[in-house]
Amino acid sequence: MNGGDTLRRMRPVFVFALIGLIFMFAAPYVLQLFTIINLTTAIALAVLALSLALVWGFGGILCFGQVAFFGLGAYAYTIAAINFDGSTWAILVAIITASGFAALLGYFVFFGRVSDVYLGVITLTVTLIFFSLIRRTSGPEYKIGDALLGGFNGVTSPPLNLPWDTGSFLFPEQVFYVAMAALILCYVFCGWLVTTHFGRVCVCIRENELRAELLGYDSRLYKLGIFTISAGIAAIGGALFCNGVGRITPDVFNLYNAALTIIWVIVGGRGTLIGPIAATFGLFYLTSALGGQSVFNNNLVLGIILIFFVLLVPKGVAPTLTDWFTRRRKPRRATRRHRSGRRTEVTKA
Amino acid sequence: MSSKRERREVIVETRNLSMHFGGVRAVDQVDFNLYDKELRCLIGPNGAGKSTFFKCLTGQLTPSAGDVVIRGQDTTGAEPHEVAGLGVGIKTQVPNVFDGLSVDENIWLSARRWHGAKRARALTGETIERLKLGDIRRELVGRLAHGQRQWVELGMVVSAEPWLILLDEPAAGMTHEETARTADLIKEINTDAALIVVEHDMQFIRMISQQVTLFHEGRILMEDTMEAISSDKRAREVYLGHRA
Repeated sequence: MNGGDTLRRMRPVFVFALIGLIFMFAAPYVLQLFTIINLTTAIALAVLALSLALVWGFGGILCFGQVAFFGLGAYAYTIAAINFDGSTWAILVAIITASGFAALLGYFVFFGRVSDVYLGVITLTVTLIFFSLIRRTSGPEYKIGDALLGGFNGVTSPPLNLPWDTGSFLFPEQVFYVAMAALILCYVFCGWLVTTHFGRVCVCIRENELRAELLGYDSRLYKLGIFTISAGIAAIGGALFCNGVGRITPDVFNLYNAALTIIWVIVGGRGTLIGPIAATFGLFYLTSALGGQSVFNNNLVLGIILIFFVLLVPKGVAPTLTDWFTRRRKPRRATRRHRSGRRTEVTKA
Repeated sequence: MSSKRERREVIVETRNLSMHFGGVRAVDQVDFNLYDKELRCLIGPNGAGKSTFFKCLTGQLTPSAGDVVIRGQDTTGAEPHEVAGLGVGIKTQVPNVFDGLSVDENIWLSARRWHGAKRARALTGETIERLKLGDIRRELVGRLAHGQRQWVELGMVVSAEPWLILLDEPAAGMTHEETARTADLIKEINTDAALIVVEHDMQFIRMISQQVTLFHEGRILMEDTMEAISSDKRAREVYLGHRA
């Protein structure tokens, strides 16, 4: 594929990235500090949703334990930042830890030809093992370097600092900028990845694994690749998350969070990247708003939303909107481009 | 004729190949040779073992006993992608295509496996032209008719430029006209590649056949031209008899 083709395919990605950039620079002038701090957490969760959108929506791998890599990233960041007295390398440690663990787990799962359903079960189980394991680390004997793991109370995460000066911590607005920039970069990276040869092969494995193998692609390697990459992205989300919240606790690994990640992607739409990001922001604000009242139970509302989407909007918000727009634009296009038959082209934003 | 074949290289060889499912001997000690640039049809009644034999060649099944050798390489128990990696194009019985992707993308994915970005693009265009898929190249394959999907799969096989092609029922579900076009395409491909074609459709086999291998109860019953097989008494009994 030549460069022009890549740019054409990535046009929607750049449009959304630009909207993100405008929002990034405008938000601190418009919104209050409290909202900005809250937003940083939502952004971190959006990075997590993006990572699942990549591995599930494009790789076809239903990873029920994407929060495992997110939490692992958060813990690795925190522990490394405490020990290194600085956050810059800690982010790298977070990415490497989560990706490394995913590569190891993925090796056994994919090369052992574990079927899709069991993959979901295994990843969820691994997440819950982390949950129980880290909850039991409350004694002073559980420490890595200078960092106490703190059991169910968790660990206080050192905030991000300037790369060249470990003494100057970032202010909440600056952390917001970093988080937003990270989200946009991860989004553009994923948007680019799915237009590459690697990304397109991952999509074709999702469509028909046997055919991909009969063409000569080793599906196990591609699956392992996209699984590892998505774990690294989840870890970036984790590092941002513990910055936004200020600490990391084992609750990140619980069943509620594991399920919530799946809900974001279902609501936003599998096969798109922007959909799950948007759904994360939407549902995050909905749960915050519901937290302020006591008439409806929070989980009940989330459950109803999930059932509503699975039954009535099974493709999710973004694909449904895309279909709707293409259908509306179709008559005009058809007359203009008469016989070129471009109407079925799928746009992947 | 046989003396002419002796001089040609054997490119697919099975020795004592057996595949058992529990007590069922689907393929039973089959010795089979395919020569370079040959076009061979495998026929036989349902359950004769030809599809199982085919799957042992493509790596979809690991044989219970015996060896498969493709151009000097032992591929017994190899993964399908490893067999394909030798330059073997494979089309399965049920169309295996990427339903959610366009015709263009389906063929590109095959061409790109073996070629750089530029060559793959060109090859995709050539294949689409050759198979006359131009009108539907941007359609999703899942929305196409069965015969068209078969053609897309053939296009994927052809665009990889393999030297050996294995086709399992390429004409299944095609209209008369499509079957004739497929036969022409197979003859055209045969000028640079060897083929093994598993088929049910007698008319189709008559269109393309040179040498035919008849399977019966997991074994090779006979190997000859279609004319010889149609006039053979045993062959008529096991296979043609119930049709005639």
